Amino acid sequence: MPSVMINRTASGDLSLYVPKKDLEEAIVSLEHEGPGRWGGEVTLADGSRYFLEPMDEAPRLPITLRARRLQAG
Amino acid sequence: MCAMKREEAEALIQEVLEVYPEKARKDRAKHLAVNDPSAESAKKCIVSNRKSQPGVMTIRGCAYAGSKGVVWGPVKDVVHISHGPVGCGQYSRAGRRNYYTGHTGVNTFGTMNFTSDFQEKDIVFGGDKKLEKLIDEIETLFPLNKGITIQSECPVGLIGDDIESVSKKKGKELDKPVVPLRCEGFRGVSQSLGHHIANDAIRDWVLPRRDGDDRFESTPYDVALTGDYNIGGDAWASRILLEEMGLRVVAQWSGDGTLSELELAPKARVNLLHCYRSMNYLARHMEEKYGIPWMEYNFFGPTKIAESLRKIAALFDDRIQEGAERVIARYQAEMDAVIEKYRPRLEGRRVMLYVGGLRPRHVIGAYEDLGMEVVGAGYEFAHNDDYDRTIKDMGDATLLFDDITGYELEQFVQRVRPDLVGSGIKEKYIFQKMGIPFRQMHSWDYSGPYHGYDGFAIFARDMDMTLNNPCWDQMKAPWKGAATGARAA
Repeated sequence: MPSVMINRTASGDLSLYVPKKDLEEAIVSLEHEGPGRWGGEVTLADGSRYFLEPMDEAPRLPITLRARRLQAG
Repeated sequence: MCAMKREEAEALIQEVLEVYPEKARKDRAKHLAVNDPSAESAKKCIVSNRKSQPGVMTIRGCAYAGSKGVVWGPVKDVVHISHGPVGCGQYSRAGRRNYYTGHTGVNTFGTMNFTSDFQEKDIVFGGDKKLEKLIDEIETLFPLNKGITIQSECPVGLIGDDIESVSKKKGKELDKPVVPLRCEGFRGVSQSLGHHIANDAIRDWVLPRRDGDDRFESTPYDVALTGDYNIGGDAWASRILLEEMGLRVVAQWSGDGTLSELELAPKARVNLLHCYRSMNYLARHMEEKYGIPWMEYNFFGPTKIAESLRKIAALFDDRIQEGAERVIARYQAEMDAVIEKYRPRLEGRRVMLYVGGLRPRHVIGAYEDLGMEVVGAGYEFAHNDDYDRTIKDMGDATLLFDDITGYELEQFVQRVRPDLVGSGIKEKYIFQKMGIPFRQMHSWDYSGPYHGYDGFAIFARDMDMTLNNPCWDQMKAPWKGAATGARAA
């Protein structure tokens, strides 16, 4: 369960940062991004996948969350 | 001088690695690479931030160096106690040349060494009592200190002293921040962890002190200058440029910085981050907690300075953008003159760099402004994200090395024969004795500043002074035939 920071980059895309691994990758897909539900499965540009506990509302970014790693990149 | 081809560079790495036993060779091979600027991420080509191999001569420092020496040390009105045996503090005292103003010993304490000087009995019975007494003594002798940090040396962690409880107790008693740092040297693989620990301590013990206190009158043009340690006056040379373009610098972290500047940074509008490696943790934290965006910039060499000034100005309104153009235009003639003078003397020379976690990539622009070429670069303690940023700035088929050993660096320099090597004091005399001009790129070889426009003029002069020094023609004793120096080789 690494702690990850979700942020919006200058170009408007979402990025995920894992401090422990110095990994900063663009998020290519986020399961729930719409209003009402936010989170779920995250796929990064390098192919790795993480799971964020879904939230009721889109949070203010950046935000640090606990994530579960589903698949290594 | 033409650059090496990719195959040649790869063969060179293999050749240098040959002397190692198989296991060590396999490990070291992962830390050496030939640059490919088209690669998207450094993850595939180079491994970094790993434990050094036992038995090799690494050039790294320790967590205490990262915390006390780098991040906290320059905070001038705070007393930094080197908690443990006397050596760590004494042998690192005042060596970094992070300049500051003030009266040392009265209201500033930058170049002084405060230590609890552990003896056998402190190891056996614990040093907490001594620490309390020491803090009381500091308070009596130096009443103008604004706070105290306790920088742990190795034994403190080994014997399990509870410096946190002492800090809390004394902090309450004195009504000042007393900050404990668990930066024992044995932690982590390099000084990089010390930066992180120091950042976390500022986050937990300093920044929250002014949460909810909005007495500070801020303006829309407030910025915090972070990750500049004022080596030889660097931060001053940077600060004047920002002020000239109309910004107000409310905090300088941490070169010539004060405790109240640390506390004020969350009131700024933007965090300008020079040393990404040692302060990105706090920049990210402040973005999340206080909503302050941060931006990396580079003040080495006129090309990068102009680029950075425009990038900074783009975050503000027209007034600042005009200010940036005005600053760039004002220094243009001066910079042209510097380049006109030194470029013909330095053009085409090749440089190899091995510094800490930021400069190898940051100074590339400054060298290119002088027509020089960086043929190899490496970091002591960089992480993956630093290499991501480096591979784009470096030329094709140049050497990249991570946590290079003394032997490897020597071999690389001998084979590649760069015209200039830039690294630290430990490497300096090896290369000078090999007949290769050398500049210390940690502390600017007792010169500086190198940041900003004023710094570039000094940088160019220093490089010329070193490279074209007549001593390099005198490397061979006159009775041993014609003089052949580094230039002839």
